Amino acid sequence: MTQSANNPILELRDVVKSFGSKHILQGLNLSVSRGESLVIIGGSGTGKSVSLKCALGLLKHDAGEIVFDGKPVKDQKSVEDVRERTGMLFQGGALFDSLKIWENVAFTKINTGKVSRKIAKQEAIETLAKVRLGASVADQYPSELSGGMQKRVALARAIIDKPEMIFFDEPTTGLDPITADAVNDLIVEQVKALGAAAVTITHDMASVRKIADTVAMLYEGKIIWCGPVDRLDDSGNEYIDQFVHGRAQGPIQPAM
Amino acid sequence: MSSTVFNPFAAIGRAFLGATSEIGRLAIFAGRTLWACITPTIYLREVLRQCAQIGFYSLPVVGLTAVFIGAALALNIYTGGSRFNAEQFVPNIVVLGITRELGPAFAGLMLAGRVGAGIAAEIGAMRVTEQIDALHTLSAKPERFLFAPRVIAATLTLPLLVLIADIIGVMGGWLVSVGALDFNGTIYLRNTMEFVTFNDVITGLIKAAVFGAIIAIMGCYQGNNSKGGAGGVGRAATLAVVSGAVLILASNYVLTSIFVQVGL
Ligand SMILES: Nc1ncnc2c1ncn2[C@@H]1O[C@H](COP(=O)(O)OP(=O)(O)O)[C@@H](O)[C@H]1O
Ligand SMILES: [Mg+2]
Repeated sequence: MTQSANNPILELRDVVKSFGSKHILQGLNLSVSRGESLVIIGGSGTGKSVSLKCALGLLKHDAGEIVFDGKPVKDQKSVEDVRERTGMLFQGGALFDSLKIWENVAFTKINTGKVSRKIAKQEAIETLAKVRLGASVADQYPSELSGGMQKRVALARAIIDKPEMIFFDEPTTGLDPITADAVNDLIVEQVKALGAAAVTITHDMASVRKIADTVAMLYEGKIIWCGPVDRLDDSGNEYIDQFVHGRAQGPIQPAM
Repeated sequence: MSSTVFNPFAAIGRAFLGATSEIGRLAIFAGRTLWACITPTIYLREVLRQCAQIGFYSLPVVGLTAVFIGAALALNIYTGGSRFNAEQFVPNIVVLGITRELGPAFAGLMLAGRVGAGIAAEIGAMRVTEQIDALHTLSAKPERFLFAPRVIAATLTLPLLVLIADIIGVMGGWLVSVGALDFNGTIYLRNTMEFVTFNDVITGLIKAAVFGAIIAIMGCYQGNNSKGGAGGVGRAATLAVVSGAVLILASNYVLTSIFVQVGL
């Protein structure tokens, strides 16, 4: 593992998570530095989403340690600290169906009641502009938007509070290649603008090459390879080679 | 060793442990939700939206149920009463039956279907599309933002619905009595008003408030627990209706016996 671990913002140490007899994470180690963009690759159902959810305290890990900004995440207070300083873009967008687009984007602003609804709406519209959405969508509902637009709204919601770290769970899955590329561009642009660390889950090698500084591959509950993105093609790791080239033959059994 | 052989004691033990832990989980969930109902922050906007959703749009269902129940009740009492020449008690027994028992119980059961299933499906869909996880990551508590507004709205609006159901139910009895049983309409109403007491009505409304809370809590609980896509959401809705209805009938008995004890 050749990852530079100076001043990591997030560390997962030997994290274990099972659902009943399904052992999903079996000693997962990950480290994300400030401002670094880490991409996690791996087959479907290997526990990529589960590891992000453990880091956010949405799932309780069975063993191991999660350290955020140098402090172990143990109690409710530390979990809340992580959530406040981290943005998350969920796999399906997870926009609130019953709320308008601007209310989705400005959800935390409205909720904490620190600003008036009028100012919150203004900030939402400004943030929507950053993801190239016009003010006209602000008063629409999520179901009225296309998949790509919903992902952009979800991105706007994830960045509005200027987080120090952002998680992207399969941000381009289900989008056509052109829209996917546009969403990737937005992600890179906005993460850079914030100077935030990013952890992205994806199956899509084009996204990996566009987004990643560092790539980690999850297989059978562990990170089996981790390295800079430019080492992807000469990693000397047969699992990585199989995944990068999308071959059914190799050490990884297709999930069927 | 013996794990491959069917062991009835182990099976019973497992079922018992499963049921106890389910009750425990439900109790913790209900406690948290009710706490969120009575402590700040209350999301008033959501409460109002749910009042419209739960209360206003349930009016047709509750009204139709009440009119038919009142009418059938009047016919039954007339037939039964005629066996000992007590037909004239139709208005009294109709209003007593409707306000104390049938109004709240039937409204509760109907809304366990309409509202309980609706809440479970909505929250369940939010669960499986990760919207509830999203709430957590945005530092909002689902019990405050989702569950409490529904429970508050159901607890407040169900008594109002039952009050309307009481009136419509009595009107149903009146219609049949005047239309088919040769009662005098004015005298029927006067008998009703002279007989019915404040306690008859208020006990029914207290029941309604409790049923409202039960319906909303079971809907939220089952929805929140749903997993595994659309099928899981469907199962959650079914469970919400069944468990809500059973709890309504059980608590109906408990509340009635308490009212009898304290002389309400
Ligand atoms: N809440 C849960 N309860 C039970 N099993 C779960 C839960 N969440 C995820 N799983 C299981 O864990 C495995 C990994 O899931 P996930 O992390 O979502 O996969 P992916 O790597 O595709 O994101 C899957 O087999 C999934 O069925
Ligand atoms: Mg996933």
